[in-house]
Amino acid sequence: MTNHRPIVKKLKFTILLLSLVSLGNRLFAQDGKALFQTNCASCHNPIKKIIGPALQGVTTRVTDQKLLYDWIHNNVKVLASGNSYFTGLYNEYSKTPMNTFPNLSDADIKAILGYVETYKAPTASPGDNSPGPKAEESDNTLLYGILTIILAIIMFVLLQVNASLRKMSDDKEGIPSAEPVPFWRNKVYISLMILVLFVLGGYWVVEGAVGIGRQQGYQPEQPIFYSHKVHAGINQVSCLYCHSNAMDSKHATVPPLNVCMNCHAAINDYTHGPKLYREDGAEVDGTAEIQKLYSYAGYDPKTSTYKTAEAKPVEWIKIHNLPDHVFFSHAQHTKAGQVQCQTCHGPIQEMDEVKQFAPLSMGWCINCHRTTKVNFPDSNGNGGNKFYSIYERYHKDLKTGKMDSVTVENIGGTDCQKCHY
Amino acid sequence: MSDKKYWQSFGERNNSEAFQKAKSDGNEFPESLPMEGLDGKGLLDAKHPRRDFLKYLGFSTAAATLAASCEMPVRHVVPYLNKPDNLIPGVADYYATTYTNGGDVVPVVAKVRDGRPIKLEGNTLSSFSKTGTSARVQASVLDLYDMARLRYPVQLSDGKASEVSTFEAFDKLAADALAAAGGPVVLLTGTLNSPTTKQIITEFLAKFPGSRHVQYDADSYSGMLLANEATYGKRAIPSYNFENAKVVVSLGADFLGTWLGSEEFSRQWSTLRKVSAKNPEMSKHYQFESLLSTTGANADERYTHRPTETGAVALALLAELGGSGIGSVSAPALPEKLKAGVKKAAKDLTDNKGKALVVCGSNNVNIQIIVNAINEAIGASGSTINWGAPSQTRQGVDSEMNALVADLNDGKVGALLVYGVNPAYDYYDAGKFKSGLKKTKTSISFNDRLDETSELTKLVLPAPHFLESWGDAEGKTGYFSFLQPTIAPLFKTRPFQDSLLKWSGNAKTYDVVLKEYWIGKLGSVEAWEKALQEGVIEPATEAASGVSYNNSKVADAATAIGAIKKGGKFEVVLYQKIMMGIGAQANNPWLQELPDPITKAAWDNYAIVSPKFAKDTWNLDLGDRRQADGYEVFPTKQVIKVKAGNKELSLPAVIIPGTNNEVIGIAVGYGRSSANPENTVNFIGKAAAGVGKNAFPWLSFNGTTVDWYAADADFEKTKEEYKVAQSQTHNTAEGRTEVVKELTLDTFKKEPGFVMNEREEELKPFGGIEKFEEQGTLYPIYDKPGIKWGMSIDLNSCTGCAACVVACYAENNVPIVGKSEVLRFHDMHWLRIDRYYSTPSNNLDSAEDVQVVFQPMLCQHCDNAPCENVCPVNATNHSQEGLNQMAYNRCIGTRYCANNCPYKVRRFNWADYTGADSFPNNQDQSTVGKLDPAVFQMNDDLTRMVLNPDVVVRSRGVMEKCSFCVQRLQDGKLKAKKENRPLADMADIQTACQQACSTNAIVFGNANDSKTNISTTRAENKERLFYVIEEVHTLPNVSYLAKVRHSDAAFGAGEEKKEEATTEKHS
Repeated sequence: MTNHRPIVKKLKFTILLLSLVSLGNRLFAQDGKALFQTNCASCHNPIKKIIGPALQGVTTRVTDQKLLYDWIHNNVKVLASGNSYFTGLYNEYSKTPMNTFPNLSDADIKAILGYVETYKAPTASPGDNSPGPKAEESDNTLLYGILTIILAIIMFVLLQVNASLRKMSDDKEGIPSAEPVPFWRNKVYISLMILVLFVLGGYWVVEGAVGIGRQQGYQPEQPIFYSHKVHAGINQVSCLYCHSNAMDSKHATVPPLNVCMNCHAAINDYTHGPKLYREDGAEVDGTAEIQKLYSYAGYDPKTSTYKTAEAKPVEWIKIHNLPDHVFFSHAQHTKAGQVQCQTCHGPIQEMDEVKQFAPLSMGWCINCHRTTKVNFPDSNGNGGNKFYSIYERYHKDLKTGKMDSVTVENIGGTDCQKCHY
Repeated sequence: MSDKKYWQSFGERNNSEAFQKAKSDGNEFPESLPMEGLDGKGLLDAKHPRRDFLKYLGFSTAAATLAASCEMPVRHVVPYLNKPDNLIPGVADYYATTYTNGGDVVPVVAKVRDGRPIKLEGNTLSSFSKTGTSARVQASVLDLYDMARLRYPVQLSDGKASEVSTFEAFDKLAADALAAAGGPVVLLTGTLNSPTTKQIITEFLAKFPGSRHVQYDADSYSGMLLANEATYGKRAIPSYNFENAKVVVSLGADFLGTWLGSEEFSRQWSTLRKVSAKNPEMSKHYQFESLLSTTGANADERYTHRPTETGAVALALLAELGGSGIGSVSAPALPEKLKAGVKKAAKDLTDNKGKALVVCGSNNVNIQIIVNAINEAIGASGSTINWGAPSQTRQGVDSEMNALVADLNDGKVGALLVYGVNPAYDYYDAGKFKSGLKKTKTSISFNDRLDETSELTKLVLPAPHFLESWGDAEGKTGYFSFLQPTIAPLFKTRPFQDSLLKWSGNAKTYDVVLKEYWIGKLGSVEAWEKALQEGVIEPATEAASGVSYNNSKVADAATAIGAIKKGGKFEVVLYQKIMMGIGAQANNPWLQELPDPITKAAWDNYAIVSPKFAKDTWNLDLGDRRQADGYEVFPTKQVIKVKAGNKELSLPAVIIPGTNNEVIGIAVGYGRSSANPENTVNFIGKAAAGVGKNAFPWLSFNGTTVDWYAADADFEKTKEEYKVAQSQTHNTAEGRTEVVKELTLDTFKKEPGFVMNEREEELKPFGGIEKFEEQGTLYPIYDKPGIKWGMSIDLNSCTGCAACVVACYAENNVPIVGKSEVLRFHDMHWLRIDRYYSTPSNNLDSAEDVQVVFQPMLCQHCDNAPCENVCPVNATNHSQEGLNQMAYNRCIGTRYCANNCPYKVRRFNWADYTGADSFPNNQDQSTVGKLDPAVFQMNDDLTRMVLNPDVVVRSRGVMEKCSFCVQRLQDGKLKAKKENRPLADMADIQTACQQACSTNAIVFGNANDSKTNISTTRAENKERLFYVIEEVHTLPNVSYLAKVRHSDAAFGAGEEKKEEATTEKHS
C-alpha cells in the first residue's frame, strides 16, 4: 500500500529548505517535522494563525519550559491552575480546547519546538515551475506509418519502373508482350487493395465494437481541480486516508467533505507546490480551488465556522465505471488480494487530473487473474492466508512440486460467477 | 413403496392425453409460436416475412450499436458531506428490530444497505424467530416501499382528501375535533402488546372522561380467551411447547401456517420430526379439519368433517379420554371414519399423557372449553401448555367490538380513533360499522393508507412503517422485543403514540418516553442500549405457573355444542391463506404472487371444493383421463355462485383433493376495494386492486363470538368461467419417477436403509451408489480442489410454509410478473415448493386418504448438468466450487437449457419485468404486450429501493435461476479471507432460503469439508438421503432426505399389497 511505500519522491523546495540547516540538525528537524505534522499540523502552523495560534516564537513567549511542556502534555490541567497567559489564549480562540498529548515525551516536544522555531516559509524556487503542459510522449506510430507509406510508394514506383524496363527490353529483344495494363485496371492491384481495405476495415469495426462502453484514458474535468499529484505524490497522503473504505467495502468511496476539511481547515492556500496546469495548459490557481472546497463545505475561513445550511456535496464525475452486471469489490483486491492501488489505477500519484489508466475490460481482468498468485501458504504450509487451508489438493501438489504456485485462476478466479451475479 | 403413486396434477395421476403429450414432447413451452397470417402460403407472403425481419434486425442492430457507441453517459459520484462514523457505503449494517402487525410479534434483524432496509431475518437470540421467519415477515420489507402508502396527513371531506401541511395544523384540527366531539372518545386498535404504548393510552384516556380502548382482531381468538377465562380464570392464551408433544392433535388449528405464532410452533414441532437411523422416533400428528390446510398436509393422520362437527369431535375425544375432575360428557354421534379417527387419537393421547397436546382453531367458546378439558385430561398443562408466559398476541374480544359498533350507531361515541385495524373491510358486519362511523362526529385514523376504514374518517395521520419506528412489544409475558428505526421516515408520517402524547398534553415524543421507560426498568442506559442491540429480552428459564382448572362449565359447554345444528347440503368454511392472512398486506406483490402451498394458485381467492363435489356437480370424474384434462389443462375454471342465507359470492371452483365432500372453502383477505372502486388503485394499491373477492361478510356472530363458517350453504352453477393462475401444472418431470421418496416410521424402524437399498439396487448396473459418479457416464469427472457447495433438504421437516420462496424473492431481486403472466406459465420463482398428492387407496372421493408431500425445488446445481451442454454461447457452465453458473449477459435466450433441465427450475424473462433493459421501449405496453399493474408497482423508483444492490437485475430475454445465493457465498468467503481464517460453517454463509426456514429443513455448506453441517447431515442421514431423478446421472448438489410418515394405515396399505403379492408368488 501507498502508506507503506518508502518515500521515493523528494521535492526541490524541501531540499532547498533542508540544505539551509546542518546535517545533524536535519535529522533533528526532520524528526520534529514528522511529529509536528502528525500531532499538531491539523490545528497549528508555525507561522500562520489557523485554528490555533502560529507557533513560531512560542519559546520566547513562554519562557518557562516546564510550564510549556505541561501545557502541551495536558492543557486542561494548566487551564485549571488558572495560568493567566494560557487562559487569555483559550478565550481568544473562542474557548476551543486543545487536544491533550500525554504520550509525547519531552524529547519529542523538544524536537517539535526545534522544528517550529527554525521553520522558514518555503520560497517557491524559480526552477521548479513545471514546463507547462507535458510534452507529448514521443509516439513513433505516426513516423512508422509515414515511413511505411513512403516505402510502399517507392516499392510501387520501382515495380512500375521494373515493368516498363522489362517491356522495353522485351521489345528490344523482339519478345512479344502484351500491352501494359495501367495499374488502376490491374486485377492484381485491385484485389490486393480490396484485401487490404477489408482487413483494415474489419479490424477497425471489431476494435470499435469491442471498445463500446470502454473509457480507457477518460479524463473529465472535475468540479474542483483536485490534484492527486499534490496530495498522494508530493505530500505523501496515504490513499486510505481519503479512500478509507477500500479495505472494507466494494466501494473505495470518494471521501466525504469532512475528511477534506480535516486538513484544509488548516491548509487554506496553495503557494508552495509546483504550479498546476489543466490538460489544456491553462494554469490553475490552487488557492481558488481550496476556496471552492470551502464553498461546498459551507466553511468560512475568516471565522472558522461552518454554515451547514449552505453546504452541498461535490458532484464528482465518476471515471472508473463498470457495467451493472459486473460485481467488483475493492476489499477483495486490496485486503484479501493485497493488490496495490496503482496496479489498476496507474501512477495515480503523478496525475493532476485523474484519468482512467486501465481498459477495465474483461480480458484485462482475466489476464490478471490468470497470472496473479494468491497469498497461498508455501510448500511447508507456512504463511499465507489461512482461508486457503481448504485447498488440500493444492497443498499436496505444492509439497510434491507438482505445482509451484497457486494463481487466482487455480482457485476459481476465472469462473463466471466470481464477478457476474 | 413402488406402488404408491405421487401426482401433482390430475393429468399426471391418470396419465391423461394432455399429460402424455406434455411428457413426450418435453414441452417446456406449451404455447405455440405465433405464426399468424401464414395461411399455408410461403414464408415471404406472410404478414411479416423473414426478409423484412432480417432487414429490421440488421437495421436495428446497427442503429443500436451506433446509438450506444456515440456517447457514454456522464456518471456522478456524490460523497457524503459529513459521513456518519459507523456507516461504510457498500457494506450492510444489521439492526435488531421487531415485525409487528395486528398483534403478531416477530423479532427480526433488518439488513440495511446504504441506508435502506432490504431484507429481514429471524433474530437468533429470540425464541420466536431464532431459526427463521414466515412468508409474511419476509415480505413485510416490501410494504415499507409501498407506493400506496399515504404520504402526508390529510383531511377528508366527501371522500376527497386534502393535505394538511404541517403536524401543528393537524394537531389543531384534531384538538378542535376532539373538543367538539361531545361524547366519549374510543380508541380502536388491533391487539396492542407494547408496554409503553399501553401506558400512553392509559394516560390519554384519563384526559377524556368516559373514553375507552377497544382491541379488535379480525382473526379473532375470542373463543379461546373466553374459554380460558371460564376454565382457568385467565382471559389469556397460554404459550405452547410443541417440542414436548409426542402426540399432537389439532382440531382445525393451522398452527404451522396461520394459527398464532407459526414461526415458533414450526420450529418446536419440527424438533420431534427430525428422525434418523440412530434415533428413529418422531411425534405423531393428528389433524381433524374441513379443508386441507398446510398443517393438515403435514399431519400423519388426517380426518375431515363439516365445520359444525368440530364441537362433536372435541366432545367425542373428551368422552374417550374422560378422567376424574375433568367433567364427563357423552360422545355424540359421528360418521364412522371420524369416530375411528377419534378413537385412535384418544388412544395415542392416553398413552402419552403429559407429552401430548390438543389445539383447536375454532372461535367457539364452548368448543374451546371442551378442548381445555381434554388438555387437562392428558396432562398438557405445565408440559406442553405453559401458563407461566401467556401469549400476548391476541387480546380482542368480539363482543366488545360489537358493543362499540352498536354505540357508534346509537351516537354514543363522540370520537373514534382508529389505529392499525380496518373493520370497514374485515369486520363481519362491515356495513353496520360503516354506518356507525358515518354517524360519529369525530373520527381520526392512523392507518398507513386510505384503506376502507380511513377513507371514511375525517382526519388521517399516517403512522410510520415498523421499520421506521421506535417501539417495544411483548409477544409473551416477560418476553420483550424492541423496534428501532432502520431508515428515516420516507413520508410525512408521525408515530401514533406521538399524537396521543401530544393530544393528552404531554410534550415528550414517543422515542423519549420509550427510552425513559426502559432505562428506568432496566436500570441504566447501557442496559437499554444492549437490549436495543440484541433486540430482545427473554427470561433465562421459562416461568412456570400453575393454574387451577375449573370443570364447572364443561357440562354446559357440552350441551351448547349439542345444540349446534348440522347445516344444509353444504357448509362454507372461511379460512386464511398462509401468505394473505386477513389481507392487511394485500398490496404486497411478493405475497400475491406466492402460490398457495396447497392449491398452488396465486393472485386470487376461489371456492375450494372436493373431487366428489365436481363429480356430483358437473359429472366431472377426475379419475378419468379426458375429463381431468378438460378441467386442468386450461386455467379457466367454472364459476359457482355460493349462497348462504342472504349472502352470495360468485367464485371459480378449484378442486382440491382432501377437502371434505360437504364443504366449500373460501379464503378471506381478498377483494380489497375502496368505496369508489376507481380509487382502489391509488388508495389501497395496484397489486391489491381487483384481486379476488371479499369473504369477510360471510363470517357470522353466534351470540358470543364470530364463527368462521356458514352452516346452511348451497351453490348454483353459472355459465361464467374465470381464469385461476395455478402454477403447479406448469412443468412436469416428464414421467420420471422417484422424484419424492417417502416411507412410514414402521418401515424405517424395521429397515432403516430402505431408501438407500432401493437406490443401491437401481444404480447397481452403473456401479452402485459409490461408483455411480464415475461409472454412470462417459464424461470426465472434474476436480473440486477447494469448496464444493451442497444443500440438503429434509422433506420431513419442510412444512411448505413458503417463507423460503419469499426470502428468495427479496434476496435475489426475482421479478414479479403479474397474474396474466403466471397464467401464461411465465412465473419467475427461482425456488418453488412442489406439492405432491398421493392417495394410497386410490380413491379421490375419500378426503382422509389424501396425503401430501412438499418438496422445495430449486436449481440442483448438477455436476453433470444437462443445461450446460446445450448452451450455444456457454452462458451457463460449471464453477470450480460446483455451482451451475448463469452469466446473464452472455445469455442470448435460446431457452435450450430450460428445455433440457429435468427439474424445470430455469426461468426465462419473457418481458422486461424489471425495467432493467437498455431500451425503455421494452416496457412500452403498446408494442410488447400488456403487463399487469403490479409489475409497474415493482418498477416504481420507490419500490425499487428494496432491490439487493449486490444482485444484478435481469433484463428481457435472458434465462435465470437459483444461484445458491452466490453473492452471499462470495461475501462470506471474502469475510474469512479478510480475517485470515478458514471459512466458518453456518456463521459465514447461509443461503436466503436456509436462513428463512423455521424448521431448519434446509442445510447448506461446503460438502468437501467433513466437519460441516451439510457433511454431517448427509452422513448421519445417509439412509434417508436421495437425489431427485438420480438415475439420469445429473449428479445434483442438492440432496433430499426422504419423508417419514408416522402413520401405519395409509402407507401400509401399499406395502401390505406388496407383501401379499410376494406371498402369493411363494405359495
